Amino acid sequence: MNQQYTRTAIGLHWLMAGLLAVIFGVGIYMHDLPLSPWKLQIYSWHKWAGVTAFLLVLLRLGWRFSHRPPDLPSTMSRPTRLAAHAGHALLYLLMIAIPLTGWLMSSAKGFQTVYFGVLPIPDLLAKDPALGDLLRDIHATLNFLLAAVVAGHVAAALKHHLIDRDDVLRRMLPRRGRQPNRNS
Amino acid sequence: MTQAIRSLLQTAAIAALALTPARAAELTTVRTDQSRLIFVYQQMGVPVEGAFTRFSAQLLFDPAAPNAAKAVLDLDLTSVDAGSPEANDELASKLWFDTKRFPTARFVAERVTALGDHRYELRGKITIKGRTRDLTTPVTFTPASDGGLFEGAFTLQRADFAIGEGIWADFGTVANEVQVKFRFVATAAK
Repeated sequence: MNQQYTRTAIGLHWLMAGLLAVIFGVGIYMHDLPLSPWKLQIYSWHKWAGVTAFLLVLLRLGWRFSHRPPDLPSTMSRPTRLAAHAGHALLYLLMIAIPLTGWLMSSAKGFQTVYFGVLPIPDLLAKDPALGDLLRDIHATLNFLLAAVVAGHVAAALKHHLIDRDDVLRRMLPRRGRQPNRNS
Repeated sequence: MTQAIRSLLQTAAIAALALTPARAAELTTVRTDQSRLIFVYQQMGVPVEGAFTRFSAQLLFDPAAPNAAKAVLDLDLTSVDAGSPEANDELASKLWFDTKRFPTARFVAERVTALGDHRYELRGKITIKGRTRDLTTPVTFTPASDGGLFEGAFTLQRADFAIGEGIWADFGTVANEVQVKFRFVATAAK
């Protein structure tokens, strides 16, 4: 039975967690700033970070499909397993949908996304302020949904650790030389 | 005999005068409803397009005598559309166009040089926000049955006109170069 996440999977998980927390916080902070150079800068950084998160989630999915994640503990009931899989699927879905809606909303609002100020990402939508406002609302709603699902994800991990006392949380923690397969 | 020649010459002169308007070569009216004045600026490396929707022009242009052309363009700076309502409000402020004090910008043509093949070099003075600078721009003329189309593009440095002062003076977020593109439809009819 596969008990371990690869170091790459663990690294990508925490990198993503940190990145999403920062992008989410920045998004909340910046959305009603008055127009200033700072606002233009932080919007651009938010978009660049969002594109980065999108690329990272693709990398994560690719890694996940080529490196089977460890099985869930055999003590888990069938409905709990289903809930766990559904929760993870929803996390991935939102991690894909949120940057996509951000990109589309930028285009609809007439501001192309140019990755790090050098790589233009094509506009799929023409400028349309009403559509831009709609996409902004969808982008925000999906983000609050993601925050709720992440809260559930954290609560479930803590429940595994504190109540079920299994290794579900521990096996996703960065390793400190206590694992048998240190070179994986 | 001399009387007959004089009479003939007079007739010819009157006929020539009468024919001048019929030639309809001198363009005097800019159809602002069909004309466009847009600009593109870089914001954090992102090209953003804007436009001025209200302007008026005085024009005298005879393709047969381009050097004698006259043109004055008055631009209503309050008609700016810089891509978002937020940006439009900001542009009206003192740091940008300061439209309370300087509601219009003006371009006055000073010299037209024919480059051949309906291409011209236009020199003149442009005044924005109380600051006047020399401006040279290429212009391409496309004749049409009842007039023609003038098109061209040039680059302004916004700092030359104190457009974007204070916190905006740094070019890191909003670049100094602003590309201006124009498309003026002109007719001979008043």
